[in-house]
Amino acid sequence: MSHALTDSVTLIGRSIRLSRRNVETLIMSILLPLLMMALFVFVFGGAINTGTAYVNYVVPGIILLCTGYGAASTAMSVTDDMSNGMVDRLRSMPVNSFALLTGHVVASVTRNALSTTIVVVAAVLMGFRPTAGLGGWLAAAGIVLLYVLALSWLAAGLGVVAKSVESASALSFFMLFLPYLSSAFVPPGTMPAVLRVISEHQPITPVIETVRGLLTGTPIGANAALALVWSGGLLVGSFVLATFLYRRRTAD
Amino acid sequence: MIVEAADLRKRYGPTVVLDGLDLRVAAGSVFALLGPNGAGKTTTIRILTTLSRPDGGLARVAGHDVLRDPARVRAAISLTGQYAAVDAEQTGRENLAMIGRLRHLGRAGARRRADELLERFDLVRAADRRVKTYSGGMRRRLDLAMSLVARPEVIFLDEPTTGLDPASRATMWDAIRDLVHTGTTIFLTTQYLEEADRLADRIVVLHRGKVAAEGTADALKAQVGGDRVDLAFDTVADLDAATALLDGFPDPARLLLSVPSDGSAAHLHRLLDDLRGSGVPVARVSSHRPTLDDVFLALTAPQGVRA
Ligand SMILES: Nc1ncnc2c1ncn2[C@@H]1O[C@H](COP(=O)(O)OP(=O)(O)O)[C@@H](O)[C@H]1O
Ligand SMILES: [Mg+2]
Repeated sequence: MSHALTDSVTLIGRSIRLSRRNVETLIMSILLPLLMMALFVFVFGGAINTGTAYVNYVVPGIILLCTGYGAASTAMSVTDDMSNGMVDRLRSMPVNSFALLTGHVVASVTRNALSTTIVVVAAVLMGFRPTAGLGGWLAAAGIVLLYVLALSWLAAGLGVVAKSVESASALSFFMLFLPYLSSAFVPPGTMPAVLRVISEHQPITPVIETVRGLLTGTPIGANAALALVWSGGLLVGSFVLATFLYRRRTAD
Repeated sequence: MIVEAADLRKRYGPTVVLDGLDLRVAAGSVFALLGPNGAGKTTTIRILTTLSRPDGGLARVAGHDVLRDPARVRAAISLTGQYAAVDAEQTGRENLAMIGRLRHLGRAGARRRADELLERFDLVRAADRRVKTYSGGMRRRLDLAMSLVARPEVIFLDEPTTGLDPASRATMWDAIRDLVHTGTTIFLTTQYLEEADRLADRIVVLHRGKVAAEGTADALKAQVGGDRVDLAFDTVADLDAATALLDGFPDPARLLLSVPSDGSAAHLHRLLDDLRGSGVPVARVSSHRPTLDDVFLALTAPQGVRA
């Protein structure tokens, strides 16, 4: 079906246009991580011992924090379409049904690419001194992309099940929260035992450790493989879940 | 028959919505499915437009079975749902062009078609404004225009004028009537008897999940019989008392009792004498040819008061 491709392109264009026009959400999703980074670097950072300049430590965590905000707004826009009649209109047309979700996911990845770039540039201005060569940058970008793609499909799935835009936002709360329980802001070794176990066994920590290692040369160890398995598994699982939920929600 | 449904059944949990609905719509006609809120109009449209599966029965649209061949059905129809499905953050032109591309007209073809439709639906001046700045009537017109992008054989309109002010409603009616000239079959639902009367060649009254009556507006009126006398009361108690006394159809919302009549002065005298004899005060009296309101009251009245 070549229409599946053109339909996806059309709906990707739509989703990107809609995100561009949703100025408040766009500004928030960029401004908030920047404020968080400034807060961590200039306020908390001095009290956290990471063995390096804190800004070098925290950048990967801020990038993943952005991803969480981006995912929440993806879930909300999917729910909006599910409830405002757009899904019915598209389903009554000879349009590939999943193209709508694809559009939201690609727009979500695009928004994240933008906010990640802004975070990195701002970090450099705040004293971030990565040591990576081109290969390291590309590998780090690849890992982040894989993770963002996985999280975007997860957000799309949450958006499909949520009954209202408010509940979509509530359902995606854990995505905003999870980075705090990882090695994003403080080394897990300093956490109480229970939190340390959570922190060491959730997908964000290996992704962060891998990105941090690639950009600043900290040891990566098994984290690269773990990050790939976590993100790849999450991507496949979320994609299957989102398409399954979409099919179920639209069958009555 | 471009739309055919036989013995359609649908329930949601304990609620039986469609209980053996039969429909036949001739190509090129305007068909109205008439029923109050909750009658099952949207459910019927969702089944015919392949959005929902019936629990039983058959439906064919434009020659294709909605269950076995939904892709062919979708290629032949378009749907304007009960709530305008337009992107508020896109302009009218962008909304139309998007649908054109999804209908595979190509970029240039989609743009051309958008221009034509903007012109036709009097949206040229608002074309490049975001839809969130549109009035309810403009949104509805855009919604209808979006349904016409692909020149469908059958267009389904679910309550196209609900919630519109009278002026926007009249504009919408004109737009719908114009469609007929293009040969498109129109399947609309409405709660407004006047709307069905003005637009439709054939009307089906949906009641308790079945066809309660069908025909042209005139045939339905004939079914109710000759003239009607409407007796208006000041209180529900008076209406109830009058309903018990006379053979008629009460409309508690408007405190009206509609009584069949031969139109003679003698009959009117008798009615008023009967009421005065029983001490039931009548506020106002009017007499008229039967309207679809009378049809509806007659069809949906509880069995006990059926004349
Ligand atoms: N998805 C659903 N789940 C449960 N009940 C439903 C659903 N859709 C419709 N209904 C019920 O079916 C009945 C008919 O609804 P609908 O077809 O929307 O009526 P109408 O469009 O004539 O107002 C109503 O009682 C409504 O509550
Ligand atoms: Mg309805």
